[in-house]
Amino acid sequence: MIELVNVNKSFNGKQVLFDINAIFHKGKTNLVIGASGGGKSVMLKCMVGLFKPDSGQILYDNRDFVNLSYEEVRGIRREIGMLFQGTALFDSLSVEDNIGFPLKMFSKMSAEERLDRVNFCLKRVNLENVNKKFPSELSGGMKKRVGIARAIALPINYLFCDEPNSGLDPLTARVIDNLLHDITHEFNITTIINSHDMKTVYDIGENIVFMHQGRVFWEGPKEEIRAGRSDKPELDRFIHASFIE
Amino acid sequence: MKLIFDVGRYVLFMRNMFSKPERLKVYIQRTFDEMVAIGIGSLPIVAIISFFVGAVTTVQTAYQLVSGFIAKSVIGTVVSDSTLLELAPTITCLVLAGKVGSHIASEIGTMKVSEQVDALEVMGINSAGYLALPKIVAGLFMIPCLIIIANFLGIGGGLIAGKYSGILTPEQFIIGARDTFKFYTVFISLVKATVFSFLITSISSFEGYYTSGGALEVGEASTRAVVRSCVMILVFDFLIAKVLL
Repeated sequence: MIELVNVNKSFNGKQVLFDINAIFHKGKTNLVIGASGGGKSVMLKCMVGLFKPDSGQILYDNRDFVNLSYEEVRGIRREIGMLFQGTALFDSLSVEDNIGFPLKMFSKMSAEERLDRVNFCLKRVNLENVNKKFPSELSGGMKKRVGIARAIALPINYLFCDEPNSGLDPLTARVIDNLLHDITHEFNITTIINSHDMKTVYDIGENIVFMHQGRVFWEGPKEEIRAGRSDKPELDRFIHASFIE
Repeated sequence: MKLIFDVGRYVLFMRNMFSKPERLKVYIQRTFDEMVAIGIGSLPIVAIISFFVGAVTTVQTAYQLVSGFIAKSVIGTVVSDSTLLELAPTITCLVLAGKVGSHIASEIGTMKVSEQVDALEVMGINSAGYLALPKIVAGLFMIPCLIIIANFLGIGGGLIAGKYSGILTPEQFIIGARDTFKFYTVFISLVKATVFSFLITSISSFEGYYTSGGALEVGEASTRAVVRSCVMILVFDFLIAKVLL
């Protein structure tokens, strides 16, 4: 479980996150939704330590990520997998080497064991026979799947996904959604997904956090959104706009 | 103010780089790869430039020595001393600032803007150390080797140009070169090569690492890396000459 307590963040005097309080549950797909510029990505980057919050706590199973030493933060980061919006695969490495990279850095596996694990991860994301290809040779959906495979190469406890569906056709987007949902339950991890896509919310969302103008406006299960019980006009507008699109 | 900020950030970048490597074997492998890229990859351009600079120095020194009272072997003295002290280390490193420096800055800069550096950080890898340290160590080994080759080729170019343009015989050239030869000049040449190689690789890594934005900014970082490396090479060239001569 990850808990955010009164997290604030500003850039050059302009505050972008205001007293964020939220809980992301273990074994569930936690979705952070909201319009562009609402602070979702900044919050995600604060959570993985790419930005340091001005104040507040980020608790990874009661370990305060913000106030730990650099070495301790690196320790927690080894329990984190992340799928970036642009996938962030290493251009100079093949698919096999990309997925094997965290194993090479942090495990004592032999080359054969690493290859077995890489093949397992590739099979898990329904990709096979692409070991020797380079990221530039893959389609958008394949890159996302390789990104997920790299994220789960090590035994992780937390999975972060920044706009996993961006730039994908609707069918591939659903495949990625289902994959993330299945992996979350299979490995019993805390998954946090930033998304604009209401279809993703209705398909795989189990705990929804709605952000608007740097604040958490609403938090709850998707059933309450479906039933129209959110009691927040900003959230209703967001949902309505999604369906018009 | 901007200069102080940049110097401070450069010092912090250097400090961050020297933390305990996550996997020493991977760093060593990367260093060998960089040694091949920097050393072998730069050999042709270094060979061509140093040979012709030596040849031109012979022809121009002969042109300026119009008095019949000065022995022709003096040309050999002038060419060998100026090659060892200035032309080989400085001209070669200015060229390497363009070739190696722009390559390093654009490679790291592209990784930065495509979130690959963030991916390393999220994995718990010290990205500054992982990306820059192997390049700096490789430069410290390979650029002095290139300068030694440039010294030989520069003097050889001068000798060959003297012979085939009828300015002086190889024997006269060698007598002149040996007449005032001191190992101290070779020492200074290597000190310059070592200092310049550190400047090129560290400044270029720094510029690449702090790139933000997109393709345009990567280009700007690459240009800035070359310009700043060249300026610092000339500043340290003067300082080393002042201190050691």
